[in-house]
Order: sequence, then C-alpha cells, then structure tokens
Amino acid sequence: MENISFTLNGKSIRLTTNGERMLLWVLRTDLGLTGAKFGCGLGLCGACTVVVDKKAVRSCATPVKDVAGKEVVTIEGLARNGKLHPLQEAFVKHDALQCGFCTPGMILNAYGLLLNNPQPTREEIIQHMDGNLCRCAAHARILQAIEAAAKEMKGVKQ
Amino acid sequence: MNEHEYENVDFHDTGAPDPLGRREFLKRLGGGIIVFFTIGDASVSLAQRRGGRGYPEDFNAYLRIGEDGRVSCFTGKVELGQGPSTSLAQMLADELDVSLESVDMVLGDTDRCPWDMGTFGSMTIRFFGPPLRAAGAEARGVLLELAAESLKVPVERLTVKNGVIFDKEQKKNKVTYAQLAKGKTIERRLKQKPELKRVSEFNIIGKPYTRTDAVPKVTGKALYAGDIREDGMLYARILRPPAHRAKLNRVDTSEAEKIEGVQVVRDGELIAVLHKSPDVATKALETIKAQFDVPEAKVDDKSIFDHLVKNAPPGNVVRSGGDLGTGEKLAKTVVEESYRNSYVAHALMETHTALAKIEGDKATVWASTQAPFTVKGQVAGALDFPQEKVRVITPFVGGGFGGKVAAQQAVEAARLAKLTGKPVQVAWSREEEFFYDSFRPAAVVKIKSGIAASGEIVFWDYMVYFAGSRGAEQFYKIPHHRTVASGEWGGGGGGGGPHPFAVGPWRAPGNNTNTFARESHVDIMALKAGMDPVEFRLKNLSDARMIGVLKAAAEKFGWKPAKAPSGRGVGVACGIDSGTYVAHIAEVAVDDRTGRVQVKRVVCAQDMGLVINPEGAQIQVEGCITMGLGYALTEEIHFKGGEIVDKDFGTYVIPRFSWVPKIETVFIKADDAPAQGGGEPAIVCMGAVIANAIYDLMGVRLYQLPMTPERVKEGLARKA
Repeated sequence: MENISFTLNGKSIRLTTNGERMLLWVLRTDLGLTGAKFGCGLGLCGACTVVVDKKAVRSCATPVKDVAGKEVVTIEGLARNGKLHPLQEAFVKHDALQCGFCTPGMILNAYGLLLNNPQPTREEIIQHMDGNLCRCAAHARILQAIEAAAKEMKGVKQ
Repeated sequence: MNEHEYENVDFHDTGAPDPLGRREFLKRLGGGIIVFFTIGDASVSLAQRRGGRGYPEDFNAYLRIGEDGRVSCFTGKVELGQGPSTSLAQMLADELDVSLESVDMVLGDTDRCPWDMGTFGSMTIRFFGPPLRAAGAEARGVLLELAAESLKVPVERLTVKNGVIFDKEQKKNKVTYAQLAKGKTIERRLKQKPELKRVSEFNIIGKPYTRTDAVPKVTGKALYAGDIREDGMLYARILRPPAHRAKLNRVDTSEAEKIEGVQVVRDGELIAVLHKSPDVATKALETIKAQFDVPEAKVDDKSIFDHLVKNAPPGNVVRSGGDLGTGEKLAKTVVEESYRNSYVAHALMETHTALAKIEGDKATVWASTQAPFTVKGQVAGALDFPQEKVRVITPFVGGGFGGKVAAQQAVEAARLAKLTGKPVQVAWSREEEFFYDSFRPAAVVKIKSGIAASGEIVFWDYMVYFAGSRGAEQFYKIPHHRTVASGEWGGGGGGGGPHPFAVGPWRAPGNNTNTFARESHVDIMALKAGMDPVEFRLKNLSDARMIGVLKAAAEKFGWKPAKAPSGRGVGVACGIDSGTYVAHIAEVAVDDRTGRVQVKRVVCAQDMGLVINPEGAQIQVEGCITMGLGYALTEEIHFKGGEIVDKDFGTYVIPRFSWVPKIETVFIKADDAPAQGGGEPAIVCMGAVIANAIYDLMGVRLYQLPMTPERVKEGLARKA
C-alpha cells in the first residue's frame, strides 16, 4: 500500500492503495468514475482510454503509481460548467455513436490527439484512432466528428 | 396510410383481461390516459406471456399521457445502439402531435414494462411501429374528446399542436394534454384500426433526427450493467474450463483464500472468487490451481466443414418450383460449386455483464441483455424464486447483434448473490466473452445451376448446411429450382449437434452466408454466359423492387458494363433481409505481396419502404457495411475441439478506422410501403460484393469467408 496523489479532472486526489493496480479499476471502483470502460484489459481496444498529462493512455494497462503527480482527465471531466466540450458536441451532432460503450474512449483518444496536434489531417486522425475499436461501426461518423471538432476548436485554447 | 401497413399486426382482443391483474396494475401505474396495445411481432401465446409480474395478459406495450403532459411508452424492447428509442419516439410523437422531446421511452425493465420476447431480427420498427402509431392515434382521439367537453366545442373544430388543443375558430380557447390528463385515470384498449396520419401529414416521421441518447453517452453519464453500484457489492471472477466439455478433476483454492478480503465460493461446478475490487478478484482467480480432463479434439477450424456436411440432419425444402431434371436438360452450361464460412464471434465492446442483488425474497438483476424477460425466467429458475419476485432492469447495452440473447452471466451473478448474501457483479473478461459467445455457425453451401444459351438461368439446386434458411431463397426468375436448408443457426454447445460449442444468431443470421454463396455463384454464371454481372442479373430478375435497387446502385456508382475480370476491381451483389431489398456495388484494391484487401468504395441502394428516420437508417447502412468488412475479410474463430484459440483482439481482428471505405447510400423512395427492417439488411451483401470485386480485379475466385490475406495469396498461387 502506498499514498498516491494526482490531479483528477482538475481536482487533487490522494488515495492509499497498491500502486501496481491499474488506473481503470481505481477510477471505476475506488473513485466511482465509470465513464472509462473495460473492453479487453489488454490495451487492445481503447474503451478505457483517459488522458494523462495531455496524452491519451490505456487506463487498463497503466499502473496507478505511474500517474502520481500527474494530471488525469476522464470523460466526466471534459465538459466544463455544464458546457459540452467541442468534441462531445461534435459526436452528438454527427451521430458518431451507437451503443455508446466505446464512446468515452474514442472522445478521450481524439482529445489527446487534438491537444498535441490541433489541426490533424484525416490520415493523422485515422492513424491515431486506429487502435480504438467500435463494434457498431460508427467509424465514418467518428472521423467526421473529430474533423468538425478540430475545426471548431481552431484558435481556441483548450 | 395504406391498409397494408397493418399486415401482420395483431389488433384482436385476446379475451377479457384478468380484472385483478388490471386493477393492481393501474394502481401501480398512477393516473393519466393510458392506451394498451399488442406488438404483433410473433404469434405469442398467452402461456409465454405469463412471466409478466402482475400484468394483465392481453397486451404487451402501453403508452401513458401523464399529469405532467409527458408521454411515456413502456415496452420490454431494449436499446442496443441501433436507435429504436429515437425512431419509435418519432412515430409516437408524430401521431400524438407532441414534440419529440416530450416522449420518454421506458425500455427493458420487467417490473415497469409488460412482457416482450426480446429485441432482435430487425423487428422493432416493422412490427412495433404500426401498433405504436395506432395507440398514439387512439390517445389523440381520447384527448380530443376530452378537449371538446372541456372547451365546449365539437371535436371537428379542434386542432392540435405540440400537445396543446385549440379551437380553430378561437385560438385562445385552448387546453393542454397535461390539463386534460390531470386527476383522471382513463384506460383504453386498442381494438380497432384508428385513422393514422397520411404521409403528407407527417411532421416528425421521415425527418432526420440525431439520437436522443447521445448526451449521456458522450459525457460518461450513461450507465451500463457494469456501472451500477450497490452498497457492499462484490465483484466475482469464475473459474473456467480450458475447453468446452472439459470436466474439472482437481482444484486447489487455498492461495486465493489467503488474499485479504477474498471470498471463495463453490457450488457444484460453479467456483468463484469475490472481492470488493474486481482487479483483486482477478488476481485471486489467477492463484487457483485447477486440473481439467479435456476431451480429445476431434475437429478443428479446418476439418469442421467436412464434419458438418457428414453430420447434417435431413434438409427442409425452403422453396421449390418446376423440375430440376427438366431444367438440367435445358442448360447449356452447368456450374457446380461449394462455399464456406467460418465461425464468427459477436465481439461486442461490452462483455456480458450483470449485477444481482437479493433483498429478502426479491431479486433484482441489472443485465446487459437483448431479452430481459428471458433473463427473468432463467434467474427465477436458478434461484428457485417465483417469477414475480425477480426484476430484471436493462440499462444501456454495449452492443447486441444477437450475442446477448442468452444471459448466462445474469444467472451466475444471481446464484453468487444468493450464496454470499451480497450484491454481486459478474463481468466477463474478453477471454470469457470469446469462450462463451454463441458464434455465427460455420456453414457450407453447395449450389448446382445451369444457364441456357440465351443467358437465362434455367435451374438452381441449392443446399445450405447449418447457416439456416434465412436469406437462402433465391429471387431470380428461374423456372426449375429447389432450395434446401439442413440445420438452422441456433443450438450447439451442450445441447448436442455437430458444433463443438454454442452457435446462435449474428446480425442477419444465416443471410450473410447464403447471400455470399448465391451472389458469388450468380457472378460465376455471368462469367460463363459472357455477360456483365449487372446486366446478367437484370436479365434474370423480374422482381421490380430488386430491379429498382440494382439499377439505383449501378447509377450511383457509375457502373460501366464489362466482362469480368476487367482489372478494375468492381463487384456487385444483391440481397433481401427483414423485408428490405439491398444492392451493393464495391471497388477494392489488393496488395499482391501481402494479400491484403482494401475496400475503397461501397455504394448501397436500399428499399426499406417508409423510412422513419433517414439519419438513423443511413447510420445503420454505414454500420452494416463497415461491420461486414470484418466477416468478409478477417473474422474467424480458430479452435481445436472445444478449445477456443482466439482469446483477444490480438488474433481476432475486427474492422478499424483505416479500413473504412467511402460509403454512399441511396434510399428508394417508397413512402407508401410499410417500414421494413434497417439494422441488418445492408450487411448481407458484404461477403459476395467483395469476393466479386476481387475476381474482377485479378481473376481469382474465393469460395471461403473470411477472405484473409493467406486465402487471397493461395488464390493467386492457384491462378499462377
């Protein structure tokens, strides 16, 4: 057991747990944030994606000790003051989801991309998103939504 | 609205309602204006419905206009992602003249919704839609009568807008649905066919709407079965055999028992470890030492096809006409081929998950399922509880496609909740999901057919093993034909039959296999006839709807007739599923070195009758085409006897962003025809359209799905 502190959706968090536990389970069980989903537990599907220090990571394969002192953003922290993030807006507007299970991971993976590359080409979006799986096959819409959000966010500091 | 919209819709009153059931039910429901109705999606016997807790048995859905003016529709159907909660709400809102936002769809809660058999088979809009609209029209009629009384004007002088009824001659004389419903309990039973809106009167039906459940899904607020939390709950991991039909010989759980907070439960074959953290439960499971007796593997993913044909039950004639012997004499060229496809997994993003809680003599189960009332019965049986003491709640479901009809995980959670006295979550790992999935069956199709010198198909002898009859029927004008199906797509597992594990429905069950075989074979005949594949089909079709979609697809694509292989990599295929006609044209590229197929463009023309939500229908077509790339190109389960070799997305590869072709959709305008299925039809052509395009590109015919890089390279080698 160890004490681990990090910033979660803008708030300081301090918890005592085994640092080897995966961030996904700490989020979902200990912290009650169920937006990050379990899809495979092996980092092969992306349903558990969260953003750590501005990079999209697979929370099912990230020991919680690795986020100590870092800034973690989950889907619950993306909307600010009740206003949806442009990516969330775009997913709604473009119907970029069906069952919705992969959606938080899709949005956060795209968020991680746009933080580092605000105006990606379609090829760059495809390459960055390729490891996130969607069985309902909303892929075409998701690509449209990410492009639209990037356009919307142009010049806006996130 | 045309009369034929009501075909197959069950409006008849099934007898006097049970007065006690009705009274108890109304009390629980509270006041308002209620219209009961029956979804005619199957000939459902009364005995089957007797799972409904305290429900009268003469209806299986109802709507209510509450005292707050909100409209609620209660049904045991569930939302799996295909969007019926939006399109059904559109239908209801339009008939009632209320805004889409004022409609609540209450789905899949067995205590609040009447019995329903489940959500599958693209039946929700087709069979639920018409009676739902009729119920809306009935409720509107009741409200108009009440308003006439309240406003003291005849009904003819009234008009409705957004839930407000006006006197046409004096607009200030008005009353809202909420005011009319206040303090009243009025129940109506839909017995006859009320007058529905005509197409020209639609305000909401036929217009594109985005999903009504998108905001909770993009904010993480949408709760799935695995997201439900109850005080004191435990997460269970269950010991699984390494292969189907393996028997546990020895087990040692002592290491797991030493882990702090871990509870080990054994009840017959069920051995589980439970902990308040799911990851600790997983660690504990890994410490269990178990030895199983695994039966010798007699069949694998290569030998399965001969095994299936050898062990096939007698076939059923799906359809026949003319005389095959006569047809064969008319043939100038006879073509005889066989086609195969492998087992395919559902691979849903949400694994089977359930949370069960038992309080006193009552069990509540939150389950990811397509059939909440089936789960209710299974849980009641496993717990030895009366049906009325089990409630199944269906939260958001992370994909179904036929894979969540069985609900083993809900039974496991319920048993463990009973054994531990605590709420228990069972969420399958990805490996468990691949192991216990009810796969789309491996199948074989054998076709012998002939063409006359004129290019007309003169006979067609079709035999399908284990894909089933759906989509097996050919729709060309062939004078001498016979279609036989041996074995359906369900069963297997412990229940005997030649499959080493369970098989079941998979998006458009059977039809993907049948359409792959039929449309590949039609292309081979076109080649033998020396004709362009579109022209060959048009020559041999008489069904106007099929001709319509084929011409529409060809026009949209810019099809230029040529004899295959033209080197362009273009292919065509047609199909019928769930009452909907589809024609696809695709363009592919193949990397000769790797054998990898890239689909560049797919055009789909679809005739689905009245399109309720063009946006939703379009998305289903896109989803079908993209998902269909998987079974066409990569998806197949590898196995040795009862051992499933594929355990994760590393070896079982499903479609990705980089695969997505340019997709163009044409909907045939058919507003006067009844709405047909939309969730499945556009997936059925994907195998054949790609196989035909590959042939057109390089003259290599592939007879087995999926068309993996290895099989493409084998084909190229064969040709060389």
